[in-house]
Amino acid sequence: MRIGVFTCWCGENIARHVDCQKVAEAIRNLLGVHCSVDYKYMCSDPGQSMIREQIRNGKLTGLVVAACSPHMHLKTFRKAAEAEGLNPYMVEMANVREHCAWVHHDREAATAKAIDIIRMAVAKVQQNRPLAAIRVPVTKRAMVIGGGVAGIQAALDIADAGFEVVLVERDPSIGGKMAGLSETFPTLDCSQCILTPRMVDVGQHPRIKLHTYSEVEAVNGYVGNFKVTVRKKARYVDITKCNGCGDCWNKCPQKKNLSEFDFGMGKRTAIYVPFPQAVPARPVIDREACTMLLKGKCGICAKKCTRGAINFEDQDQLITEDVGAIVAATGYKLCDIGKDEGRYKGYGEYGFGRYADVIDGLQFERIVSASGPTGGEIKRPSDGKTPKSVVFICCVGSRDDAKGCGYCSKICCMYVAKHTMLYKHKVHDGQAHVFYMDIRAGGKNYEEFVRRAIEQDGAEYHRGRVSRITEHNGQLIVRGVDTLVGEAMTIEADLVVLATAMRPADGVESLAQKLNIGYDEYGFLSESHPKLRPVETNTAGVLVCGACQAPKDIPESVAQASAAAAKVMMLFARDELTREPEVAEVNEQTCAACFSCVRGCPYKAIDEADITDRQGRLIKRTARVNPGLCMGCGTCVAICPSKSVDLAGFTEQQVYAMVESLV
Amino acid sequence: MQIGYYPGCALHGSSNDYERSVRVCLGRLGMELRELDDWVCCGATAAHSLNAKLATALPARNLAIAERDGIDQMLAPCPMCSMELIKAGQALAASDALRREMSEIVEQKVSGATGVLNLIQVFQQIGLERIQKAVVQPLSQTKAACYYGCLLVRPPEQLRFDDCENPTSMETIIKALGAEAIDWNYKTECCGAGMTMCNEDTVLDLAHKILTDVAAHGANCVVVACPMCHVNLDMKQADVERRYGVTHRMPIYYLSDLVGMAMGASGAEMGVDRHYVVA
Repeated sequence: MRIGVFTCWCGENIARHVDCQKVAEAIRNLLGVHCSVDYKYMCSDPGQSMIREQIRNGKLTGLVVAACSPHMHLKTFRKAAEAEGLNPYMVEMANVREHCAWVHHDREAATAKAIDIIRMAVAKVQQNRPLAAIRVPVTKRAMVIGGGVAGIQAALDIADAGFEVVLVERDPSIGGKMAGLSETFPTLDCSQCILTPRMVDVGQHPRIKLHTYSEVEAVNGYVGNFKVTVRKKARYVDITKCNGCGDCWNKCPQKKNLSEFDFGMGKRTAIYVPFPQAVPARPVIDREACTMLLKGKCGICAKKCTRGAINFEDQDQLITEDVGAIVAATGYKLCDIGKDEGRYKGYGEYGFGRYADVIDGLQFERIVSASGPTGGEIKRPSDGKTPKSVVFICCVGSRDDAKGCGYCSKICCMYVAKHTMLYKHKVHDGQAHVFYMDIRAGGKNYEEFVRRAIEQDGAEYHRGRVSRITEHNGQLIVRGVDTLVGEAMTIEADLVVLATAMRPADGVESLAQKLNIGYDEYGFLSESHPKLRPVETNTAGVLVCGACQAPKDIPESVAQASAAAAKVMMLFARDELTREPEVAEVNEQTCAACFSCVRGCPYKAIDEADITDRQGRLIKRTARVNPGLCMGCGTCVAICPSKSVDLAGFTEQQVYAMVESLV
Repeated sequence: MQIGYYPGCALHGSSNDYERSVRVCLGRLGMELRELDDWVCCGATAAHSLNAKLATALPARNLAIAERDGIDQMLAPCPMCSMELIKAGQALAASDALRREMSEIVEQKVSGATGVLNLIQVFQQIGLERIQKAVVQPLSQTKAACYYGCLLVRPPEQLRFDDCENPTSMETIIKALGAEAIDWNYKTECCGAGMTMCNEDTVLDLAHKILTDVAAHGANCVVVACPMCHVNLDMKQADVERRYGVTHRMPIYYLSDLVGMAMGASGAEMGVDRHYVVA
């Protein structure tokens, strides 16, 4: 082997605590090392040119770059090597920045440690074999999970680019939370007016296949080749026969079910379409509310239906969809104070769930919305009175590590300002009060919008928290503090609106587990890199967008959805994908077929396989790695009792060589 | 069944009606109280306001005695006492250095392992079912406002008992007795506590607010599980009425009074006849 070792200063980052020149000199004498140089920025253009020149002139067969983490620049140096005809997998990095210079102060000791780290890399690279990237075919069809504004945007973008899309929505209609909003900030344009055309586009798009009232049951496969099992929940209505005339729901006698679309502010029948503009505009029967399904009595809807679309015998169906990429856009819910489990149980002092006139932000949206249960007239839930004084409380559950979530829910400052305006526009003699911690109005025209709420529409903003809400003769007594005035205050309110924390939608954790992607302590799905890979996840081919990733408003969700769609298109622009070849391989001759590795593999990448002779007779059983799924974590290598699995590019021999170089 | 019992100053002094009530009530439920030998003051507000070491050492001594005598669970009917004992116990359990220091000060080994319960928790441990079975006179005429005050549920980080802003554990027990538990506003407001000695105005004001809200929500009695709450709402009620020119006439019961009476004990047996406001 002719190995070149390149030690980088990383400006001062490494050179401050590691004597790079001394390192280069010490390494130069190692067996197999042909050249050893140091340079201020190896990743820079001149740095790379120097490496390429050395490869060319020194006929190098292996490379060690001692610099930062391989996460940063391994690709850079591999490309440089490849350009000179050297197999890119003959390049190793020795991390002397994060693992050494950044964590030590004693220059002499750090220098000695850097030499050791590089020595190990040299020992490893001597055992490297040239590897070739794995090629896998791509199914050019995407699945979008969640039909809110983010999912709709992503689906339309991908479909408009010419690829097929399968859109899976849990509820009976697409539209998500946005379909239920009254107006949107900072323009006060009607939410339904801007969303419903997009919903219609989805419903009519020749390349979008819509599964509503459906949930993802299982996900198998890997990037370019996913097999997703979707559970189509029994709708009890054949939507191919139904024409949406409404005879069924107009005659349904079960009228007292709380409407999910109205967040419990309104009622619906047992057979229902969630809202008039639903897509598809086809009803569904709530199996928990229908007396025919519960007790076998009624059946009025079936009698009224002229098309014979009602089918009480309907069953859940499992279907499989082949797709090449998956976009998760499952959205959010508001923290259900008092009902949620664990850390979210606090705020008994606000009486949410006990006092009918203490509601949350989404419920307020429904009572100001023209499509809502009050027809857009602001009436409070308890007695239908028009509230003359409304108190809005920000940060209920947000920015509160002790009782709720540590994070800022980001949209509440804006929608509370919007609520005060909508309220004032409908109740001219009413007074809105807002208790806030800080007003966070970063965004185009956002701050101006909040000022308008305060200056033009006269919302009274009090900086401080509310300590307790009590009820006296039908009036809510709100006790709080205005910390700018420095006084405790009591406001008699007719209605209190809590801007409760935004949380990921229910079931997101189990979906994340099916998709094999990460989520944070609150259940928000994890992006691959917070700045540079904001819609990718750690599983190739699975993307995230919208509020399932973090609290977000509409513009941001839409932008992120388009970004995710662009990533899908990138994937579909090629006919085959290349994957890193650093994957596990089973030695099928020595494999004892115990399948410990099958059980241990976190990516379900190992299968049980049969080895047969030409006549098809079973010779032996073995474990076999699917290189398309394997992420190269090495768990199987550690588990295998007969040492029959090895990881290309990180073989056990290489690890032994590294250890030996130290002792 | 036997359980350790730490009466604290109140139950041996001004609130000995509470002790009597607790003893009779738990006795009827087959729970024997084993009073802690040679117990000392829990320190209360005085100690923790003045001297942190003393505030730990006093309860630590009581915990040390409990450990020595093999008492692994102990009822402290006064919420101030139970809070101080729990706080000290947790501090001891968390720090080896503190355990060593305190063991030296109290001249006994102490680890803080003793479980300390308030009265509600003891009823919970006995079990609703068993209490329900023991009821012979369901309290169908009683509309009780359960009043928790401050320390029964606070500080929540230490006590980890019920929802500190809207507790409901007492209501569950009251309902098991056949009584109605009304929903009202001031369950966890302060009664003024020790201010009764030095700033009576505050106490009268707070007690008046509480009693007014109780009546406004249709209760015909208040249930407490704290001697201090009882003093301020019961003993001071006449002063409240005089000061504000109103008539409250609101009987204030200990939780154990109602449980005991539902099991057939007479008011006199429970010590209810010694309350200031006559039912």
